[in-house]
Amino acid sequence: MKIAISATGQNKESLLDRRFGRCDYFLIYDTEAGEFEAMVNNGVSSGGGAGIAAASQVIEENVSVIITGNLGPNAFELIEKAGIKAYSCEALPVFRTVEMFQKKGLSEINAAGNAHHGMK
Amino acid sequence: MNIAILSGKGGTGKTTVSTNLAMTLGVSYVDCDVEEPNGFIFLNPSIQKREDVFVEYPVIDQKKCVLCGACAKACQFNALAKAGKEIVVFEKLCHDCGACRLACKADALSYVKRSIGKLESGMAKEINCYRGILNVGEPMAVPVIRKLLKELPKEDHLVDCPPGTSCNVVTALKYVDAAILVTEPSEFGLHDLKMAVELVKLYNIPYGIIINKDDGQDNMVKTFCKANEVKLFGTVPYSMEAASLYSKGMMLCENDNHKKNFINMAEKIKEAFTW
Repeated sequence: MKIAISATGQNKESLLDRRFGRCDYFLIYDTEAGEFEAMVNNGVSSGGGAGIAAASQVIEENVSVIITGNLGPNAFELIEKAGIKAYSCEALPVFRTVEMFQKKGLSEINAAGNAHHGMK
Repeated sequence: MNIAILSGKGGTGKTTVSTNLAMTLGVSYVDCDVEEPNGFIFLNPSIQKREDVFVEYPVIDQKKCVLCGACAKACQFNALAKAGKEIVVFEKLCHDCGACRLACKADALSYVKRSIGKLESGMAKEINCYRGILNVGEPMAVPVIRKLLKELPKEDHLVDCPPGTSCNVVTALKYVDAAILVTEPSEFGLHDLKMAVELVKLYNIPYGIIINKDDGQDNMVKTFCKANEVKLFGTVPYSMEAASLYSKGMMLCENDNHKKNFINMAEKIKEAFTW
């Protein structure tokens, strides 16, 4: 199973970014390999529809789970339709968020947050 | 001839200057600040014509769609996305460019229209008035501005522009021959004025400046005009009376204390643009 975490940096010690569409990086954790892979978020450079670009990217990575802060309405719609479960977490080191998820310590995001929440 | 009134900074007095100059010059007034058109509050024209502005967006025939995702990849505006067994369309992000249909190999795409705003026109005293209105919640103003300016009859117009130097202003500038930049003597006013100056220079549009809320002193905007040899058409004084008339929706050019000022500015503008 693959897990995508919105992050402020490129390694597992980096903090989770509570913004989904406008986070700088996604760290993809492969539970079988036990490894993290970093990728630049396409959404961060898009003029509009950042959440859509970011959601499309993680959907293409075939992740089953997303750990982030909030999801905007557009990203939420896509992720729900793609059958991906999203969980909310505070800005902790990425490896800690995965541990918390695995211990079932995170709550599922069941509704979209405000649009443009992540605008800098 | 079309003359744009722009400013950089918002709230400097574009609408005050353009409505009063249009009345003074006896030329048409066009409000293309479609996100918040307020010129008609002052001119109060009787509306004779209303028309919707439409844009097209794609709909996907699920029976024909093979879920290849080519349309979503072709879209530069993130208006299409593949999620699970569906291509999701975000119609408000669609720029109506047609790329998705070209990319679709399964012929599953067609377009439908939706209204994003309207155009209104009418007469106030003896001048023609036109405006575009963007519907609340719509993010894209350019199609409304473009339709408004493209379909104007051949006559002289003062074009009241949106603030800033964004696509909305750039779109309006494509239809004008000259520009009047309205600013105020404040750091913010001057900063954004410089951006507006850069923009009109980029398009080789002849321009001059009007200072609103002028303190009568040798202020920073006047220093800028002198240093850069920019034509100053005139000033609107910083006065309680002007503010009071404005707040009641009244025209300065119809007031005895301000009428002459607008006639003088109108003369200078006509001379500068050989109009």
